[in-house]
Amino acid sequence: MRYMDEFRDPTIAKALLKQIASLCEEIGKTRDEPIYIMEICGGHTHSIFRFGLDKLVPKNLEFIHGPGCPVCVLPMSRVDDCVEIAENENVIFTTFGDAMRVPGTKKSLLQAKAEGCDIRIVYSPLDALKIARENPDKNVVFFGLGFETTMPATALTIIRAKNENIANFSMFCNHVLVPPPLRALLMDEKMRLDGFVGPGHVSMIIGKKPYQFIADEFHKPVVIAGFEPLDLLSSVVMVLQQIIDGRHEIENQYGRVVPEDGNKAALDAINRVYEPRPRFDWRGLGEIEYSGVKIRDEFVEFDAEVKFKVGYGAGKGAGREPDDLLCGEVIKGLLKPVHCPKFGIECKPETPLGALMVSSEGACAAYYQYGGRREHEVA
Amino acid sequence: MCLGLPGQIIAIQDKQSLLGKVSFSGISREIDLSCVATENLDDLIGKWVLVHVGFAMSVIDEDEAKATLEALEGLAEAQEEFAAIKESAGE
Repeated sequence: MRYMDEFRDPTIAKALLKQIASLCEEIGKTRDEPIYIMEICGGHTHSIFRFGLDKLVPKNLEFIHGPGCPVCVLPMSRVDDCVEIAENENVIFTTFGDAMRVPGTKKSLLQAKAEGCDIRIVYSPLDALKIARENPDKNVVFFGLGFETTMPATALTIIRAKNENIANFSMFCNHVLVPPPLRALLMDEKMRLDGFVGPGHVSMIIGKKPYQFIADEFHKPVVIAGFEPLDLLSSVVMVLQQIIDGRHEIENQYGRVVPEDGNKAALDAINRVYEPRPRFDWRGLGEIEYSGVKIRDEFVEFDAEVKFKVGYGAGKGAGREPDDLLCGEVIKGLLKPVHCPKFGIECKPETPLGALMVSSEGACAAYYQYGGRREHEVA
Repeated sequence: MCLGLPGQIIAIQDKQSLLGKVSFSGISREIDLSCVATENLDDLIGKWVLVHVGFAMSVIDEDEAKATLEALEGLAEAQEEFAAIKESAGE
């Protein structure tokens, strides 16, 4: 129990773990195979490793790490598109810091910057817009990235750009949605999932309803969880209880932050600026229908994909990922990072081959950081 | 980028543009309040909000804010996010 003293309230953590143990034992009486719970959000994946939760729960409970890290699911071809835009004369390319080291097929944004491209890290899309205001003779492009949590921010920034008529600002839109890949995973015959721990901050925007199909069509429980480790443990208890009761509902453990219907102003901004793309490419998962969004025609002058004729804007579909990487299997939860032959050898946080090793929310980086696990698990 | 950080609204800067000033552990910067705006924006002063990449997304109570800040402590990504705010505020 070496991690226990790191909890905000170790007594509550112990009580929750005891409850998890007894619920798992109960479920174990009627089945031999483990209980598979997928935590969707990369932040939760990180917490599981940081607090060693996977080691504190019974052996018949396995966490499957979901696709919930927008940096990790970004295909290499989209990074190539970023580099192509950044290499244009007169362009200032702006991005969240997380995306700088993600490998493209040729180079990362960090390498492109080292080669002389004007690439700047910003905290907020508002800062990119400010750079555009201050540099009217430059084309300022923002790398729009993230799930529903960052979509309102970029949508509202585009609305501001339109209101202020800042014509030298545009965005390369790579926003993706949480529910569609979950459907794709549930339809994958290889996947074995008994329930989900849902993302807190995404749900704060979209509410409970978008997950309803998981209960209705696939009869699996979902519990939306808060950010703290204790929230995560409480949510696991709630998922296990649903399994025992034979219920499949969308429950909200994080009600103090997540409203049932999400945030209306944020959803209105998203719907005003974005529309679903017929398909979007996910690293390791391939193209998934209606899983991404694009900028609506009303705001087309701010769409960098159109302005610079890259990606889907150039009529290009999904790019090919290198054949010898197993990132896709890890994203699907079919392969543990430590069982990848490149893990910790060729692929390390300082020299990542795949995006899962780049972002601190990626399963591979989390395994590596809190690991020393390789020998232990392989043995 | 995915992490929402708790901060406290300390001033309304521009009522028409719905911009305010939010303090994050002593560092303050301009934040868009569109998604938490109420009829009278001044009512928001002193409130705690969860902020994603420069946009307040949810009003939370002080206990929740403190608990979240505690949970974020020691998390590399949160520290990077705080550092990014600090850098952007210095501009």
